[in-house]
Amino acid sequence: MSDTKVGRPQYPVSTWLAQAPGAVYLLALMSIVLTVATPGFFTVANLTNVALQVAVLTIVALGMTLVILTEGIDLSLGPVLGLCGVVMALMVVSGWPLFMAIGAAVLIGAAFGTVNGALIAYLDLPAFIVTLGTFGIAQSIATVLTEGNSVTGLPDYVRWFNDGVFLGLPVPIWATALAFAVTYILLYRTKFGRYTFAIGNNRHALILSGSRARYYQLLVYVYAGVLTALASFIMTARLNSAHPTIGIGLEFDAIAAVILGGTSFEKGRGGIIGTIVGALAVGVLRNGLNLMGVSTEWQVAVVGFVIIAAVGLDSLRGLNA
Amino acid sequence: MRAETATASVYGDRREVFGLSPDRLFVVVSRLTALVVLCVALSVFTPYFLTWSNIINVLRHAAPLFLMSAGLTLVVLTGGIDLSVGAVLGLAACIAASFITSGYPVFGIVAALAVGLSCGLVNGLLVAYARIPSFIATYGMLWIANGLAYVFMKGEVIYGLPAPFRVIGTGFVGPLPVPVLIMIGTLLVLHVLLHRTRLGRGIYAIGGNPVAARLSGMPVQRRLVFVYATSGLMASFAALVIIARTNAADVSLGEEQLLPAIAAVCLGGTSLFGGVGGVAGTAVGSLILALVLNGMNLLGVKTFWQAGVLGGIILLSVLADQLVGRRISRRTA
Repeated sequence: MSDTKVGRPQYPVSTWLAQAPGAVYLLALMSIVLTVATPGFFTVANLTNVALQVAVLTIVALGMTLVILTEGIDLSLGPVLGLCGVVMALMVVSGWPLFMAIGAAVLIGAAFGTVNGALIAYLDLPAFIVTLGTFGIAQSIATVLTEGNSVTGLPDYVRWFNDGVFLGLPVPIWATALAFAVTYILLYRTKFGRYTFAIGNNRHALILSGSRARYYQLLVYVYAGVLTALASFIMTARLNSAHPTIGIGLEFDAIAAVILGGTSFEKGRGGIIGTIVGALAVGVLRNGLNLMGVSTEWQVAVVGFVIIAAVGLDSLRGLNA
Repeated sequence: MRAETATASVYGDRREVFGLSPDRLFVVVSRLTALVVLCVALSVFTPYFLTWSNIINVLRHAAPLFLMSAGLTLVVLTGGIDLSVGAVLGLAACIAASFITSGYPVFGIVAALAVGLSCGLVNGLLVAYARIPSFIATYGMLWIANGLAYVFMKGEVIYGLPAPFRVIGTGFVGPLPVPVLIMIGTLLVLHVLLHRTRLGRGIYAIGGNPVAARLSGMPVQRRLVFVYATSGLMASFAALVIIARTNAADVSLGEEQLLPAIAAVCLGGTSLFGGVGGVAGTAVGSLILALVLNGMNLLGVKTFWQAGVLGGIILLSVLADQLVGRRISRRTA
């Protein structure tokens, strides 16, 4: 009750429902429809499968959330994921120790983040153009390194990133939980997080006031790149091989997850809890389309449609824009 | 009015050259230099470059590239972006090729143009009326068009288009290839539209200062719909010229077009913040890009590098313009 005294309004449930991001509705609707329509959906095996499939997407989407909170976008995360996976796999296959391979991949993720961040934060270039440029560069490097082929013949221990079990839970779930916890602390308990929200709110004012807004904006892109590198290990382990173009399109799912999760492209509104729901919604949507026998081609179109519909509806409800 | 005269006198007498402010002068000079340097370098390094058939080849590649990126230029001039041009081009190409080879050429052409126009219209409505950021709306459209193209083609490749249709890609009028004539015609129409009509000036005004444009009572939303629809229509127009040249269509066609389209606009010196630039620049940009791709081909550079080179060109050209623009504005201030 002390809350009401300091002026924080108490929302009734109806207000909460009216303001809940589209992902909540989509997830609820999809779950009910799929449970009724396909017997295979509401089984432990399938739900575990969904959670495992969604791990890579969630980790990338967490980084994307911070980028979008700063009113930016990172289209290069998909190809960067492919490149990190390829580099890690190539190094492991040619006999480097695993920690070196992991270090190299993380460095590459961070390097792409630094280039993106420097051009966007310090030179004020539009984020979608800069990251489209690095999109092409990452894609080229990955295909040139492998001559367009997949990297196979990985040693067995790499599969631990996907198949390993720790304290009863699969490693990808642990990785997602860890990424969420770290991002949560960074976003809500540190200066970095407060800057992330503030940059989205009014970057211009921050810069004019002499704060280090540009530096923190650069760090946001670096963090997204590093998370993407981590996600690439799970992806590589799951497929037991690395493909140079495997990540292309993943950035789109990540953007969809972030937007469905209620993070707005303006004014630094949103957060990572919504993104988890959003990633689950995208994962359940894809899983459901799979179970219903919808071809991957249609799935691509459906996800494109869902994201536009979600943003459009949120915009009409006055949540975004 | 007073503000306008003030800015005019800042640049006015002393700093303007050929009516261009210093930062625009840098754009024009750097692009023309790039064009000349590329031509000279390629003639020196590859004996095959300076042959009539290769020059025709370069121009034939530049034409559809220009058609696609000219529509995109209008969108960029309003301060938006259309990431769906490549995918819409791919979808239109698949639809046109499929109907034309089944014996319905007129219907195929009309259907392709209609599909491009409607994708663009949807983009425009989403951006102008639903107020979705343009890169999100058109990125969603990218995947919708890609998905539809896959569904439509079912993994097939269509080839063997009829000779009368192929004229728009491979034909000649006198010594000039038909695609080049189409390119020149489109350039003239769009240039006049942008610089001699109220609609065209409005497009610059929206990009230059959207708030002022709205407050001045301009139909901003309708003009936005117009530019996105034009972009979609031009992409499908480019699709017709491409399939007429290559004599084939498959789904991967559209996936390779987005980076070149954006690169041609950036190379053309149109500002990505809107309000500055034009289609003449984009024509030069398309020529430079066609030369680069032709040169890579002649020098035997693997196609794996293409995306990276295009990405690098995009970064380099926006970076150079931004750095030079900043340095000049700092000196002025």
